[in-house]
Amino acid sequence: MTARLVVVGNGMAAGRMLEHLTEAAPDAYAITVFGAEPRVNYNRILLSPVLSGEKSFEQIVTHDDAWYASRGIDLVKGGEIVAIDRAAHTVTARDGSVTPYDRLVIATGSSPFIVPVPGHKLPGVVAYRDLDDVNAMLAAAETGGSAVVIGGGLLGLEAAAGLKMRGMEVTVLHLMPTLMERQLDPAAGYLLQQAMEARGIRVICRANTHSILGEDKVTGVRLDDGSEIPADIVVMAVGIRPNAALAKGAGLAVNRGLLVDDHMRTDDADIFAVGECVEHRGQCYGLVAPLFDMAKVLAAQLAGDATAAYEGSVTSTKLKVTGVDLFSAGDFAEGEGREEIVLRDAARGIYKRLVIKDERIIGAVMYGETADGGWFFDLLKKATPITDMRGTLIFGQSFAGGTPLDPMAAVAALPDEAEICGCNGVCKGKITGTIVEKGLTSLDQVRAHTKASASCGSCTGLVEQLMQLTLGDKFARAAVQPVCACTDLGHDDVRRLILAKSLKSVPAVMQELEWKTSCGCAKCRPALNYYLLCAWPGDYVDDGQSRFINERVHANIQKDGTYSVVPRMWGGVTSATELRAIADVVDKFAIPTVKVTGGQRIDLLGVKKEDLPAVWADLNAAGMVSGHAYGKALRTVKTCVGSEWCRFGTQDSTGLGIRLERVMWGAWTPAKVKLGVSGCPRNCAEATCKDIGVICVDSGYDILFAGAAGLDIKGTEALGHAGSEDEAVEIILALTQAYREQARYLERIYKWAKRVGNDSIRAQVIDDVDKRKALAARFLHAQRFAQVDPWAERVSGVDAHEFNPLTPFMPQEAAE
Amino acid sequence: MNAMMPMWTDICAVADIPRRGARVVKAPGGDIAVFRTADDRVFALNDHCPHKGGPLSQGIVHDTGVTCPLHNWVIDLETGRARGADEGCAHKVPVEVVDGRVRLRIGGTL
Repeated sequence: MTARLVVVGNGMAAGRMLEHLTEAAPDAYAITVFGAEPRVNYNRILLSPVLSGEKSFEQIVTHDDAWYASRGIDLVKGGEIVAIDRAAHTVTARDGSVTPYDRLVIATGSSPFIVPVPGHKLPGVVAYRDLDDVNAMLAAAETGGSAVVIGGGLLGLEAAAGLKMRGMEVTVLHLMPTLMERQLDPAAGYLLQQAMEARGIRVICRANTHSILGEDKVTGVRLDDGSEIPADIVVMAVGIRPNAALAKGAGLAVNRGLLVDDHMRTDDADIFAVGECVEHRGQCYGLVAPLFDMAKVLAAQLAGDATAAYEGSVTSTKLKVTGVDLFSAGDFAEGEGREEIVLRDAARGIYKRLVIKDERIIGAVMYGETADGGWFFDLLKKATPITDMRGTLIFGQSFAGGTPLDPMAAVAALPDEAEICGCNGVCKGKITGTIVEKGLTSLDQVRAHTKASASCGSCTGLVEQLMQLTLGDKFARAAVQPVCACTDLGHDDVRRLILAKSLKSVPAVMQELEWKTSCGCAKCRPALNYYLLCAWPGDYVDDGQSRFINERVHANIQKDGTYSVVPRMWGGVTSATELRAIADVVDKFAIPTVKVTGGQRIDLLGVKKEDLPAVWADLNAAGMVSGHAYGKALRTVKTCVGSEWCRFGTQDSTGLGIRLERVMWGAWTPAKVKLGVSGCPRNCAEATCKDIGVICVDSGYDILFAGAAGLDIKGTEALGHAGSEDEAVEIILALTQAYREQARYLERIYKWAKRVGNDSIRAQVIDDVDKRKALAARFLHAQRFAQVDPWAERVSGVDAHEFNPLTPFMPQEAAE
Repeated sequence: MNAMMPMWTDICAVADIPRRGARVVKAPGGDIAVFRTADDRVFALNDHCPHKGGPLSQGIVHDTGVTCPLHNWVIDLETGRARGADEGCAHKVPVEVVDGRVRLRIGGTL
């Protein structure tokens, strides 16, 4: 009698296995297949085109009834198996019928994970797994309305795109900061989000679903932040879980999935498993390629090839959304011994990144142009050495082995009428002609005479190459110090381009300005975060992970890993209440050192990190806020007692100092900013070595700037004179804003002034009154968003993870 | 005898660690820094820079490196070794991620 093979499950893995098996050994088994769905086998990964309307169900059927009949396979549609009796070698279906087997294949697949938020059982909440789900979505789409997709992974985005094509208003909620974070690096995730938004899909990242709303059907979704999004249908696409309950019930070894060895055999020699329900070498797979690899091995095993073995798969991913080209494969994290080759073409929205280790590709991410994905994946799987084609590798297969392009050759080959500067419509001939005609030798001269690269600056490199071509050795390229090794652009170019291109996030800057690394470094990330914060007040979301620790936790790290805390004392003035609160905090938290600073503040040193929020809570309760002693920010305004007490005082220097500090606290700046206000020229507040100083005189206020008393010792320079306190404040705010907008990150005011010239600063904030008022207004606008006490925020729970160490539960072995 | 063999110990969910960030684990043998990179890989090192003992968990995390907050040494998360011209090693702690949970192989007063 022929051996009886029973297959539980009729998905893609089972289907592919049966194809191989019936081809290799058509008569080896009498085969019975139980499929829980009431239909034949279809290509599940093509459900997205069915949803979007690009394919019909009939077009994605892989095996129709005739296929099973011709191979003598008995297909039991809608036959759900509920139990396996391993001793008796039988399976029992839901209807009670019992089927004997000699060999059993479990291919029960996986189930979508449903987030158990309130309302998840309401009608209108669907998963995205089988044709029934698709039909439910299509029914909802018929009446239009709104859809919310929870999950910005592969399936979620495909569902979102399909529903949008069916005419619904679609919002994607994604828990993580960037889309498809398991397959894409943040740069590609950013491009993907742009593409989804461009097709009218709203994307909300970092979105935590609080509950699904509705009485007897779905009406909307509420997020943790309280916002609500209306929805007629909610699609959950947050992940899958292997269906291993049947196997577990039969006593088979199950971890996350049903455990199989390299021969696809479970711990029962007569029972095999394949597909998404299995766990092989610790891996569960949810993509189709590994399932097919497994199916091939299992078929060979069943056909009698005992050596057939599955050794795991390297997977690749493609998003099946028309018009979005995206590919990822392998391991694309960075690391020692790993190098990356990155190609960014901002204008065409292309990003390609290859990760190389030991001269072999180990990972690839591509966005915008994926034609070479298969070729890269092949090189990756075969571990082909790429040494010989390295120079042109990133350009793809058609360039493989070609000679690397000489960038100068490309520019030389351009016709004279080729447009170089898009902003000002300047062509190549105009630039080279003007250079020769006027004898120009510097970039600034070319900008002045032709306007090329004078606006957004993104063609600066091209213009410089033209100058090099035209002038040869006579061209002295201005040596721009790049921000760091991640880019060739200098700080000024980066700042200008952030504004010109309206770049509003770190990944946006890195993509559009063609960063050479995928995630930046500890030099460029803090600089970019500051530039973005300064450029887009109220709009840019501060990236805490791109800040130095002191600014991230609002205290100064010390050599032993403890922190110092400096509460703000406006103008250096304090009170009995504040001093008492400080003393109590010192006692309560056993703070080892209390020190008076040079900026007229009290420094509490040696505070344990986990105590910081409690220390701040007590200081807050006494009315004190952060002194920003840790930041590239407005630090202190040091004052003398002025006309209120001093017999020489000419003006209320203490009052002016307090007023300045009240207006300016909370402002982030390129480097630290310290002020001093002295009530007379005897200068007891030492205002003449501060970043900004005021010396009060009988006739008003002498305003000084660009002093230093640190690494460099430098007296201040005169900026100008103000007749009234209001005017003095306006000048100082304008100066600070000019500094915020024009200085390079970590450049103190005196260095900035030396670089741009004192006269250019005076011209903006003293001579041109309109410009001064505009600068001061921009400063005050930014302050509306900056003046939030970071200590109070953290006392109320912001960034709690920073202050709570993790304590593992360590079971103690019994003594003795 | 109170000695324990090192064992796999549940620490937290991957999501509890900020991306491009770290958390400190108060382990019996001393603080351990658990890092999460931009692409969700998890690494663990003794929270102690080989240079002057700075807490690496407080540094800026970029690619698979961390810049020590005290003197800007860059420590590679995969090897624990200092990058560039600096020499030294912050020792790695065995770490694994199972079902989105981070586990460290720690313990042991041995």
